[in-house]
Amino acid sequence: MIEGISIYEILTITSILFFIGVYGFITRTNLISILISVELILNASVVNFVIINKYLFPEVLQGVYFSIFIIAVAAAETALAVSIIISLYRQISSVDVKEIETMKY
Amino acid sequence: MNFSNFLLMRQEIALLAIILLLLIAEIFIPKNKKESIIHLALFLFGIHTIIGFFNIDENSLFGGMFRTNNLIHFFKNILNLGVFILLLQSADWIKEKILNQNKGSEFFILLFSSLLGIYFMISAGDFLMFYLGLELSTLPVAALAAYETAKRISSESGIKLILSSALASGVSLFGISMLYATSGSIYFDELLLTLSSNHLSLLGMVLLFAGISFKISLVPFHFWTADVYEGAPISIASYLSVISKGAAVFILMILLFTVLQPLADLWEKMIYFIAIATMFIGNLFALRQQNMKRFLAFSSIAQAGFILLGLIADSQLGTATVVYFVLIYIFSNLAAFGVVQAISLQSGKERIKDYEGLYRTNPNLSLVLMLALFSLAGIPPVAGFFGKFFLFTAAASEGYYFLVFLAVVNVTISLYYYLLVVRAMFLRKGENPIPFFRNKIYMRIGLVITVIGILLLGIYSPLYDYIYELSSVFN
Repeated sequence: MIEGISIYEILTITSILFFIGVYGFITRTNLISILISVELILNASVVNFVIINKYLFPEVLQGVYFSIFIIAVAAAETALAVSIIISLYRQISSVDVKEIETMKY
Repeated sequence: MNFSNFLLMRQEIALLAIILLLLIAEIFIPKNKKESIIHLALFLFGIHTIIGFFNIDENSLFGGMFRTNNLIHFFKNILNLGVFILLLQSADWIKEKILNQNKGSEFFILLFSSLLGIYFMISAGDFLMFYLGLELSTLPVAALAAYETAKRISSESGIKLILSSALASGVSLFGISMLYATSGSIYFDELLLTLSSNHLSLLGMVLLFAGISFKISLVPFHFWTADVYEGAPISIASYLSVISKGAAVFILMILLFTVLQPLADLWEKMIYFIAIATMFIGNLFALRQQNMKRFLAFSSIAQAGFILLGLIADSQLGTATVVYFVLIYIFSNLAAFGVVQAISLQSGKERIKDYEGLYRTNPNLSLVLMLALFSLAGIPPVAGFFGKFFLFTAAASEGYYFLVFLAVVNVTISLYYYLLVVRAMFLRKGENPIPFFRNKIYMRIGLVITVIGILLLGIYSPLYDYIYELSSVFN
């Protein structure tokens, strides 16, 4: 619980964070930037879980431990995505989405 | 603490033991005898599949996080059978293409890890277990899709799969956080009691539905499907389209019929329109495909649209028809992918045009492919007809006659493009048809099992009654 800040402000910020992530996922052309956008989405839900637990249901810690698991899984996801990006970079020397369109329609 | 409770997790523990055994075997088997790891993995998984058919108690573990009942157990057995057939079909590919790069055992370990994730996902009792299972089932498959590191399209399909599934899981997590905000719990049993229809829970449900729709590749979340299937190795494309999709349909069904039942008014409307869009877009895009893998990808999107017809019906009938359809779909699609894999392995050809004159050179393979395509299209003597028929009955019993009409229109469209392939094989004389070849023993066993399944499952009616009886658990 933070003095002077209600749950509405924080939930507004996480919603904005979520939609920045979705916008970045759609418009960015660099694979690494797309990955960062996905991380923003995941972090928005992490903050959401912690805040909802803290403000609305403080007696059980379900939301907090959920968020720890999300952070761990997101790290695994990022590691795998970066390794695939590196394997792609070895072949085409680029991380641009415009280069990975050999398969279409 | 009573350790006999852990027998409820028998399937998971056995699969974990197989993974560890393969890891140890990888260390101790010398480099020139790596081929034996294929036989070892097939043998262990075969035993696991057979043992799985023994009965299991109905109960839950870890305060309700993990639960199992006869329907979930039965569905795990179906998935085991599907993975076993898939391993039989891909054994030759691993032997010829993967073992010489010295990464044969990793293939099995990753595939089994993904199956383990699917087990946990479908027997999840709360959203945390569901999320962990979902991720464990997706991440290894993304690594496997990028498995042929020498090929550019394989890496491309891997990156497309991992980024879209990461987005999907992020979106569904945001939805889960909203469901948590409205009810104060992530356990399915408690959610069921407290969930009510308000704006926040509706938004959460829509986001969760969108996240799972990515896995089932429903329109408008289907864009990754065709690209990933084309670039990934064929056995992985077949795993994605059969096992992973079947499991995602199953967990979506459980969520809709139990936890999200209070919001049924909204999700019935959503499924109504998504089913129509999925069937039409899947079928219309399949018409113009030239590559066999892309063709099967769009056909599997269209099949997902048909499955939604079962979800719209009431719970017991809907559950039974969906499980029955997924069972038949696993056999038919595995047969089609198996033939494509056999031909691709021998000749490297994947275009529909290359299949011209196949009947003259390889009559058995073209008969198997014809049966599989007829079953996917739903032509009466084979099993696919009964699966579709029951789905349509389920939707019609709720009064969705217009939806059933549109589905029948779609069956007609799909018949056209399935028959295009059959025509290329049987009626056309190709200029240089694929020469005659004999399959290895594993591939032959795999194809024979699928053919038996396609021919018998539709006619053997006690099976449907058995599934219908099991399906009463979610009422």
